[in-house]
Amino acid sequence: MNFQTGSPEQKHDKDADAVLHQALKNFQSSVHAWSEAEYSKPRTGTRVHYTSWRMAAGWVMGCVLAVGSVTGALYQRHHNKELAKIVAAQAATQQKIAAELQRQKENEDLLAKVDSDVSRQVPRAMQPLAQLMTSDDPQSMTGDDAQ
Amino acid sequence: MAAGILLEPIASAASGLTARRERGAAAQDFSTVVLTHRLQIFRFLLASTRDVDLAETLTQECFLKAHRNWDSFRGDSSAMTWLMRIAINLQKDHWRNRRMQFWRHTQTNAVDLDAASEWLPSGERSADQQMIAREQVGQVWKAVERLSPRQKSVFLLRYIEDLDLSEIALATGLSEGTIKAHLSRALVKVRAELKGKQ
Repeated sequence: MNFQTGSPEQKHDKDADAVLHQALKNFQSSVHAWSEAEYSKPRTGTRVHYTSWRMAAGWVMGCVLAVGSVTGALYQRHHNKELAKIVAAQAATQQKIAAELQRQKENEDLLAKVDSDVSRQVPRAMQPLAQLMTSDDPQSMTGDDAQ
Repeated sequence: MAAGILLEPIASAASGLTARRERGAAAQDFSTVVLTHRLQIFRFLLASTRDVDLAETLTQECFLKAHRNWDSFRGDSSAMTWLMRIAINLQKDHWRNRRMQFWRHTQTNAVDLDAASEWLPSGERSADQQMIAREQVGQVWKAVERLSPRQKSVFLLRYIEDLDLSEIALATGLSEGTIKAHLSRALVKVRAELKGKQ
């Protein structure tokens, strides 16, 4: 297609293709230049040290995490045990208090029952004394006593 | 019988000699392959990773693996595409392992895009041309950065190594149709990057 007879869009596309083509060519040349420069460089052993340092840091971090996890788990277990002990002690105390209250109530009931029983019944042997006590009453004095 | 007994050691010696000769020839062939293709493999891996040390390590691993499997290389494809296939697989394995062991390698040694764009052949160019070329290279790197690993491999094999579609198909194990689709998508991204900066 003739460059000058084409529409503006076609011309724009052609320009864009030319730019793309040039960019890809430059990219290729750049990568080739870079790789050739790096390829001809003498290599050093820095990466080995870097990697070993990194590995050591990784191991240390891993160990710290592992120790932390184990310690945390043990602490949690201990804490749970302590909590369970406290709860059990509280329950035992409450049971004890409840039993004591129950015992006191039973004693009081028993004493009240005994008191009421004793107050109602007067022994037969005490009857004359009871009559005397009623005759000593000042309101019931006779004329003989006044003389 | 006697002839048979006499002939046996001669035959085994001859076969041993042939085997040694074959091994020698194979070793010579392999060293020729290394000399011919080492730079090419290194260049592809460097462009893929932008990490000089990693590219060097993977290149060595690639040739080590190729040496171990040299006897099984039947020559169905060229040595170049065979080596490229090994390099691509090694690269895949590397990224897979890296993802699995992210806590061991938190940083990458990859060169940044600006530094990678600095490299230009020392041709006879004016300062303006050098600047434009550097800018274009940077834009292409940015587009390459956004490609998927498969698109990136296909794009680099096509536009850095100048391989044709059938060679790329052999190296990647993809069909030519898939390669065309990957190349087309990659070019759309490069074009968009170039258009964005214009």
